[in-house]
Amino acid sequence: MIIGLDMGGTHVDAVLIDHGKIIKTSKIPTEPNNLLESVWKTLKPLIAGVKPDEIERVILSTTICTNAIVEEKTAPVGMIIESGPGLPCDFLACGQENIFTEGYIDHRGREVSPINPAEINRASNAFKNKNISACAVVGKFSVRNPDHEIKIYDMLKNDFSPVTLGHTVSGKLNFPRRVFTSYFNSAVYSTFSRFSNSIVDALKREKINAKLYVLKADGGTMGLESAEKFPVNTILSGPAASIMGGQAFFNTSKDGVFLDIGGTTTDIAFLADGVPLFEPLGIKIGEYPTLVRALYSVSMGLGGDSEVRVENGILHIGPYRKGSPMALGGPCPTPTDAMIAQGLLDIGSKEKAVDAMKDIAGPLDLNIQEAASLVLQTMANMIKEKVDKLLFEINSHPVYTVKELLYGKKINPEFVQAIGGPAKILAPILENSFKIPCFYPKFYEAANAVGAALAKTTAEITVFVDTAQGTLLVPEIGLCKKIERNYTLEDAKLLAVELLSKQLSILGAEAGEIQPEIVEESVFNIVRGFYTSGKNMRIRVQAKPGLLYEMWGDKDA
Amino acid sequence: MLKAKNRLGLVFFPAFDWAISPTHPEREERLLYTQDQIFEEGINDIEGIKFYNPNIASNKDIERVHFCVPSVEDRATTSHMISAGGAIKAAEAVMEGEADKAFALVRPPGHHAQRVVYGDRGFCIINIEAIMLENLRARYGHRRVAIIDTDCHHGDGTQDIYWNDRDTLFISFHQDGRTLYPGTGFIDEFGGPGAIGYNINVPLPPGTGQEGFLYVLDNLVLPILDEYKPELIVNSAGQDNHYTDPLTNMNFTAWGYAELNHRLNPDIAVLEGGYSIEGALPYVNLGIILAMAGLDYSHVREPDYDPAKLKQPQKITEYIKELCETIYKRWRNKESIAQEIIKGKEEIIRKRNVYYDTDGIMEYQTQRFKVCNKCSGVNMIESTSDRGMPIFAVTIPQDACPSCIDEGYKMYKEADAQNYFRIYLQDRKNDIFFKRHL
Ligand SMILES: [Zn+2]
Ligand SMILES: [Zn+2]
Ligand SMILES: [Zn+2]
Repeated sequence: MIIGLDMGGTHVDAVLIDHGKIIKTSKIPTEPNNLLESVWKTLKPLIAGVKPDEIERVILSTTICTNAIVEEKTAPVGMIIESGPGLPCDFLACGQENIFTEGYIDHRGREVSPINPAEINRASNAFKNKNISACAVVGKFSVRNPDHEIKIYDMLKNDFSPVTLGHTVSGKLNFPRRVFTSYFNSAVYSTFSRFSNSIVDALKREKINAKLYVLKADGGTMGLESAEKFPVNTILSGPAASIMGGQAFFNTSKDGVFLDIGGTTTDIAFLADGVPLFEPLGIKIGEYPTLVRALYSVSMGLGGDSEVRVENGILHIGPYRKGSPMALGGPCPTPTDAMIAQGLLDIGSKEKAVDAMKDIAGPLDLNIQEAASLVLQTMANMIKEKVDKLLFEINSHPVYTVKELLYGKKINPEFVQAIGGPAKILAPILENSFKIPCFYPKFYEAANAVGAALAKTTAEITVFVDTAQGTLLVPEIGLCKKIERNYTLEDAKLLAVELLSKQLSILGAEAGEIQPEIVEESVFNIVRGFYTSGKNMRIRVQAKPGLLYEMWGDKDA
Repeated sequence: MLKAKNRLGLVFFPAFDWAISPTHPEREERLLYTQDQIFEEGINDIEGIKFYNPNIASNKDIERVHFCVPSVEDRATTSHMISAGGAIKAAEAVMEGEADKAFALVRPPGHHAQRVVYGDRGFCIINIEAIMLENLRARYGHRRVAIIDTDCHHGDGTQDIYWNDRDTLFISFHQDGRTLYPGTGFIDEFGGPGAIGYNINVPLPPGTGQEGFLYVLDNLVLPILDEYKPELIVNSAGQDNHYTDPLTNMNFTAWGYAELNHRLNPDIAVLEGGYSIEGALPYVNLGIILAMAGLDYSHVREPDYDPAKLKQPQKITEYIKELCETIYKRWRNKESIAQEIIKGKEEIIRKRNVYYDTDGIMEYQTQRFKVCNKCSGVNMIESTSDRGMPIFAVTIPQDACPSCIDEGYKMYKEADAQNYFRIYLQDRKNDIFFKRHL
């Protein structure tokens, strides 16, 4: 059996799944000041009557790191930044102490100027004087040659923990994002390790010996050990849980729109040929763009509890939530009131919901039913409009080859899938707006926990080969080796797949779920004068997000 | 995060799947290291900088500018149409008000492509700046434009296309034609009878450095622009004046290119040549992007930058000073120079041979420019190549007077198809193109 647990800002959802069937679900409000207690209150009823050794896996989706950042309760970080020439570097300062150092690696990974050890010692003293124990070391082009970061690490490792090295967080090129990602990783490190220690202790107490996984923002899982090392990957994994949950109930190979409609917001995601779309580089944490691999998801301020008002004869919904719907004692009309007034939903006071619609109907010169249906139709239209805008942006993403420009894939949704509280009621209205079928799963309210429960292990690595210099480098796993001049793209691809498979099993994947795929491969001649002196290869291989199995018994309603 | 002072549109299209040949300077990885540098610097995360995919130029776009022999399809590949379309997209972003400035980082380049196209000259088949500019004029109206060609080679194609157009001021800086391909671009190449003085060449001695380029800009180009008052400035941004360029002999730096761009302040820049794909392009392109965005480029520096080595000899400094004075005097005296050249003439005839170095074709050309006091004058080209294919081509200029229009159509109709492989009429006034053959 598998336990999936989604710890959101308002609720903790948990689900117990056995071979594709939901055995039990449980949901309690989150106590922001006692997250562990919230987890246990949710788990207790779920595992009542289940033998501890029947539970094989526990998968957590947690907002603990996200909250620590939002509440500014992260650890102070000492940053060592080797910025080389190019952009001015002051905007990269993100730690409590930021030391910009000498040294410079170029785009081929060649050392142009070395590190200065005296400078690193000064930085180390500055951190100690400020009682900073968490550090991060990031150099420009360190993914092409991590040597400087490693040398600096050797000088810091005995005095500081953690020391996040830029090249280990991602193989993608983007120095500012590498700086911010490394910063966040060090900043939330202690928060996450406290959390994971108490979870481990608590499971031990219940004699549950199951493997423990944590959900990442890319819709995949990693083992607890890896999460402890790279807690930054757990940040903003909430939307990933819901997207994966949606996938569990609806297996498709078509393009589609995925909506998670909540009380305050609606999260929008897309499927391309049935696979959720990724953020091209990584997620944004607060104001900072990072390299944290993540499923694409955009949140709009529009949900069941959004404020509805009429201004100058025009109906507005959102973007704020002023409180509960009026039917539940709230201060202003909401789409939920419209649903109740129309008799589509039976909660709270219908009388108050009708009153709420009067506020809308009056200034628009409509009757109650017309006003309520206008509210819901407007809500659906707003979602459609936002989806169209996002699709336009996605479909005009830059491409870099003639072939991609001429024959590039464009996303053209053939269906909408909605989850979340209002999903069921809004489905026919959305269908009318989008002019494509709109589905919602039977367990649309527990989809997040199901998504977490069934997510497979994901990982991505990048392989750089430079046969002119005779080097092969995989920054994410710190592999750097010499290769022969006649090394081919085929050799590199085989190695990439082998390395990723190994990496996946280190992360906790079981043999059956390891399916690496090559997502990028390119090879360029390196020409000196008019002669080819070598080849420059770039390969990216990933295990894309997927599910251990689908919910056969609980398909779409 | 960083925020650009100017909203900058970037069309970055490295065409990673296109090359002239595997070891040719114009090959797949020409913009690879530029891409690495741009990505690593996080340019795409800077607020105000937006990346665009290129458009694909249409045959009509090409035919506003060129006479492709025998046809556009036979000469320009898809990559060329995309490169020109990339420049068009950049201009579009500016004209639509989405960007304050735009930079098309596209390949292949185009500034050696002349009006007649039998093949590839200096890795150029179609002139991407001219195609961009004429597309923009057709869509957004007639504009007074200055094209400043900072490529190390003479922009002979752009010169040929705008030879007789005083609404397009063309200024080319380049290494002296006596020492470098294409061997043209001397100061007496000053424009056709309708635009004498509006084609300005600045042939610089080999070894010219930062100092020299900025001197020319400050003491010649900017004063001329002040007087000409263009509505739009286009930088034909070739980067082969760089001290590491394998094809040329100049000593310009990445910072210098950024500084020049900052002072010139173009609305649109289009990448031309530049073949030091590792040592120069990543840094020069970064410098230009930052300068156009109004960001600090003072930290842009090449790995092997050594100011002492790049110091410009005093002799060169003196030479450039004199050169600038001479050229500026000619600009001021352009009216009297024009009177002298066209005095009493009904037409001006130019005979020239044009060599297509990449394809090894020789073209023999006669151009006739009508001297008209009401417009810039209808003009025609009679041409053939050493592979045959003789053509007759007429251009009616955008500002054509009624009698020049009539004359243009008459010449087109009366040209004897027996004598020519193709006969063309480019009616720029009405934006139409005719072509006939036996
Ligand atoms: Zn030039
Ligand atoms: Zn050039
Ligand atoms: Zn005329």
